[in-house]
Amino acid sequence: MTEPVLRVENLSKGFPGLQALDGVSIEINSHEVVGLIGENGAGKSTLLKVLAGLYPADQGRILLRGRETSFRSVAAAADAGIGLVFQEQSLLPNVSVAENILLGYEGEAVRFGLYDWRSLYRLAAVQLDKLGSKIPPDAATQSLSFADRQIVEFAKVLAIEERTRHEPVILLDEPTSVLESEEVDRIIALIKRLRERASVVFVSHRLDEVLRVSDRVYVMTNGRCVAERDPRHCDVAELQQLMLGRELSIAYDNRSARPSAAPDNVRLRVRDLSQAGRYEGISFDLRGGEVLGLAGVQGSGRDALCRTLFGAESADSGQFLIDGAFVRFENPADAVEAGVGYVPAERRVEGIIGGLSVKENMTLAHLREVMRGPFIDPRREGNLAARWIDRLRIKTPSPKTPTGNLSGGNQQKVVLTKWLIAKDLKILVLDHPMRGLDVGAKAEIFTLIHDLARSGIGILLIADTLEELIALSDTIVVMRDGRISGRFQSSEPPTQLQILERMV
Amino acid sequence: MTAGKQERLAPSPGPSLIGTAAASARRAGGQLRQWGPLVALILLYVGFGVADPSFATLKNVRTIADRSAIPLIVAVGMTFIVIQGSIDLSVEGVMAASSLIFAMSVLNNRTELDLGMIGIALGAVVGAIFGLANGLLVTRLRVPSFMVTLGVWSVSMGIAMLLSGGSPPLIHDQTMRSFGLGQTLGVPNLAIVALVCLGLGYVLQGYTRFGRYSFIIGGGEDLARLSGIPVDRYKLQVFVFSGFLSGLAGVLESARLGLGHVDIGLGQMFTAVTAVVIGGTSLSGGRGGVLHSAVGVLILAVLANGMIFVGVSPYLQKAVQGAIILSAILVATWHLRSRLRVVK
Repeated sequence: MTEPVLRVENLSKGFPGLQALDGVSIEINSHEVVGLIGENGAGKSTLLKVLAGLYPADQGRILLRGRETSFRSVAAAADAGIGLVFQEQSLLPNVSVAENILLGYEGEAVRFGLYDWRSLYRLAAVQLDKLGSKIPPDAATQSLSFADRQIVEFAKVLAIEERTRHEPVILLDEPTSVLESEEVDRIIALIKRLRERASVVFVSHRLDEVLRVSDRVYVMTNGRCVAERDPRHCDVAELQQLMLGRELSIAYDNRSARPSAAPDNVRLRVRDLSQAGRYEGISFDLRGGEVLGLAGVQGSGRDALCRTLFGAESADSGQFLIDGAFVRFENPADAVEAGVGYVPAERRVEGIIGGLSVKENMTLAHLREVMRGPFIDPRREGNLAARWIDRLRIKTPSPKTPTGNLSGGNQQKVVLTKWLIAKDLKILVLDHPMRGLDVGAKAEIFTLIHDLARSGIGILLIADTLEELIALSDTIVVMRDGRISGRFQSSEPPTQLQILERMV
Repeated sequence: MTAGKQERLAPSPGPSLIGTAAASARRAGGQLRQWGPLVALILLYVGFGVADPSFATLKNVRTIADRSAIPLIVAVGMTFIVIQGSIDLSVEGVMAASSLIFAMSVLNNRTELDLGMIGIALGAVVGAIFGLANGLLVTRLRVPSFMVTLGVWSVSMGIAMLLSGGSPPLIHDQTMRSFGLGQTLGVPNLAIVALVCLGLGYVLQGYTRFGRYSFIIGGGEDLARLSGIPVDRYKLQVFVFSGFLSGLAGVLESARLGLGHVDIGLGQMFTAVTAVVIGGTSLSGGRGGVLHSAVGVLILAVLANGMIFVGVSPYLQKAVQGAIILSAILVATWHLRSRLRVVK
């Protein structure tokens, strides 16, 4: 066994009120893909950020090719050959692919401040070639598909190879968390290509992916590295158990505990709803206590339909009734007024306001609940927040903590609370409510959705995976090319294949 | 939801003027929208020409070119500022201060100085110094450019007033006067200077680190910083550049009018920002270019000039101009409107 490319010894990093890393030691060997898993808040992202020079470590040593190092900036880490691909894509949409790939390191393509575009494109093409990609380096980045932009991200991180004589270490922070499954296959193929030229650390919540792509897997909990496994002798269930320290068979089967929806209690009735170019002739009923899952690929009209039901877009024809009354939404405020709540997929962007406190995020859509006359009553607001923090077991130091500081699962609970505090919530639209959450948080949100349905709300769901959709929904409506192409009832649950057949 | 996100990011009001001609042509194919301002300019010109044939004469083209020169010089600097996501509101004050310094350093009725060409340089350098002050305040004290440049506008205006002291210096330097009023090969001299500035801006934006990093900073400043780009250096440079061009504009306008005056730049800031935005440079930064701004300047100039020809009452011209500008912006941003779009 040769010297590992990167050795981390006893690394610690604390933030106020939180020990993010507590004596972590790992090793990464040459041309190896190391999987890193753990619940949200286990310290995976912090570890990557320390390695990439974004945060300084409090304690411990980082040895790169046997030499102790510490980086003062991302640029310094990149110079030494460590590159990080961020969780959210970090490309500039307004400049060319080549400029993104070579950002800050244009090398010989810029002499005396002057650009030689041809050699810039050539240098970028070299990086894209490493991934076997044919994306033109002069393309405007904004014109690329999401998956192509991911390739550009990878090419950008591979470009650090040119700055060091050694093979680089590439850190991938959940590159697949927001991708649909066929795109995931492309990324996994890319990671396998990366391994030919670099060592890779791969963080993901999708344990099956980690097992598929990794040569070794480290499991982290509470800022510590608790286990190391060989994927060939290990399965998803074992990893889950290690992550949680307990057995977790997700409550995928507590449907029986729930009373079935009363057939006459129709909360939302959609009739012949159409929007030109997006969807056409959509009709369905959503009953109180029912979870209706919407399946469909991107572009099937599924997302546009959800936005219409929340008033963010208009339908061209057709109608919908809430509790038997015709409604027309000019904007989302009308929808909220009518008792519709919406949990958006882009949690960080559309779901919460990160700088506002937990308390403020909870009450912002229904300030009336905490108003006394024209003023906000701070005591009522505080009590309300405390009650819901308790009820949903939201882990936050206080109701005044900025919501952005919470982990993903707890943020999502805050988003849900925002709608739950409304006294007359009738319909809740959940757009990928489990996106980016770890197993434990998923299970909690899962139970929460069931509890909500039990209270008589009608729930419209778009899920990340078909497995989740089938497990959660009472009724599944499948859309294809803007039309409903299939309906299933939970009394005879469909297989994933049956749904897929109607999606594509 | 990635598709939705992409849609919101995608619309580009302008071409990214980068790379080879072939490359830009390829990109241009997909983006008809970016030609909107140019089409509007042509329609305006043809419209006024049909309404009054004497509008479309060579003599009038010359007038429009002459009227566009100073706004274009200011707009070139403003374009880079806006591409970086900043704003420069100090233009009029800087022009005033430069105007006074210039007028009082060449042959004039107030001082004994007769520095000639050095006076031009002096005026422009004074502009650059105010730009440097803008840049230092923005980058060192981290005050938003909106507030900083508003303050510097007031300070520079005050200095100009102090120098003027109620009796604007008259310029007696005949070389300056004839340059400011003259033509070369039938083209107004000021228009030639403006075209040189435009060409300089074009090269800067497409082929230099300063220009390209301006787009990168405007597109994502944190990303630029994370990538080790010395963002503050380029922010400082852009304010100096804009200040320099404002100073030059003040000098040239003084040469034309034959005096140094505190109101020499009156209306130039509004014109420059309007031209930049009408041309399609996004106020949120990262998109646009100097050629767009040139089209914007010409639209404003044609509009102002054409209204005189078709006999719009002088009392009404300002209102008509404003209404047309508003509709132009409405048309340019129509595709962006969506209920959930955040507008600030």
